[in-house]
Amino acid sequence: MNFKDRDIISIHDFSKQELLFILKIAKSMEKKPNLDLLKDKVLATLFFEPSTRTRLSFISAMEQLSGKVIGFSNTGSTSIKKGETLWDTIKMVDAYSDAIAIRHPVEGAARLAAEASSKPVINAGDGANQHPTQTMLDLYTIQKVKGKLDSLHIGMLGDLKYGRTVHSLATALSHFNPTFYFIAPPALQMPQTYLDELKEKKIKFYTAADLLKVSKKLDVLYVTRIQKERFPDPVEYEKYKGVYKLDTSLLPNIKKDLKIMHPLPRVGEIDQSLDATKHAVYFEQAANGIHVRKALLALVLGKI
Amino acid sequence: MKKELSISAIKEGSVIDHIPSNVTLKVVDILDLKGIRGIISIATNLSSKAMGKKGIIKISGKDLTKEEVDKIALIAPHATVNIISKYDVKQKIKVAIPSTINRIIKCSNPNCITNNEKVATKFYVLGKDPLKVVCHYCERNMEKEDISLL
Repeated sequence: MNFKDRDIISIHDFSKQELLFILKIAKSMEKKPNLDLLKDKVLATLFFEPSTRTRLSFISAMEQLSGKVIGFSNTGSTSIKKGETLWDTIKMVDAYSDAIAIRHPVEGAARLAAEASSKPVINAGDGANQHPTQTMLDLYTIQKVKGKLDSLHIGMLGDLKYGRTVHSLATALSHFNPTFYFIAPPALQMPQTYLDELKEKKIKFYTAADLLKVSKKLDVLYVTRIQKERFPDPVEYEKYKGVYKLDTSLLPNIKKDLKIMHPLPRVGEIDQSLDATKHAVYFEQAANGIHVRKALLALVLGKI
Repeated sequence: MKKELSISAIKEGSVIDHIPSNVTLKVVDILDLKGIRGIISIATNLSSKAMGKKGIIKISGKDLTKEEVDKIALIAPHATVNIISKYDVKQKIKVAIPSTINRIIKCSNPNCITNNEKVATKFYVLGKDPLKVVCHYCERNMEKEDISLL
């Protein structure tokens, strides 16, 4: 499989075989970090929107492979403030770097950047649309902590309406015969278009507002934050913030080997009392981002 | 009884037939008819055996472009377009919704890059009847009622 110069824009662009191949390379990165693989290569990290984990893990991944990083995390100090278009910004950065990682608040920005650039572009999040490297690290984590991806009972909890991570993860897991449990207040449930997609693929799914109704069935529980920034109306946000708060009282109602994931940051959905339990894998999940991003960088830069 | 045509034949140009009556004027809207010097005839609510009521548009001196035919397909998927030369049908085009729709429709997502920067829109057709498309950029699915022409 050749990924040289390939753009990583949307999870929809990847077949099951391609996803498994990326996970395999990520595993080899974890086992044996190839320290000089990207020597003399330059990654541009263009963050038009705030990010901690994603930006730092791209930088760290690149530097661990001996590559260099340029970029910005605040558009205030750039020509974008002067009204430069995204297209022009990318055309300029294209000349300075070998690959581009971009996060942008507008949906479709990463796809446009890939069209403007002759270098591989990696989408690090475009508005509420896609965040494929997050999805890949989520898959990697599930495979690692459960030993498989096939036929798992996966719960997704929280903001399923606006949460791009759950949308992309549901799409990616659809390759692996899952049973889904979507747990959210009715107003924040999985959008119908995703449910229709699952029906078409003959994937089993259930919806519930109460976690305890389904918690005993779950192999993995993927918790998401109610995202203030995605709500068009702040009053709506106030209604739903804090609607789920997982703590140790959940433990009698779950399987012994349930793993709890979260893309982080959390703002109270998971109490710290759960952190020390064997169920919590969210910090490990964040750490896995490095292996997956190293794999992707090495692949698109043609070094694997 | 002598059968009379409701609107007369044209020598050169395009005839769009089998338009559902309720969208005849919409089809007029999407055609670029500025600067046409020939006769333009528009008739609607004509009796039709197959459709009950239909509309027909005849434009002298204009061959429709591919883009215009594609646009017609979106609002009148069963229309036919005849290109006329010397009063004869030179070419009969059954309009068809293309698998990719370039430029002619607008993304319904206000936060899509195509509504924020000067970018030509592009959509992939997921279903033709009812029409369902997905935006190449923001990946938003749109159904017939969300679709507006640019």
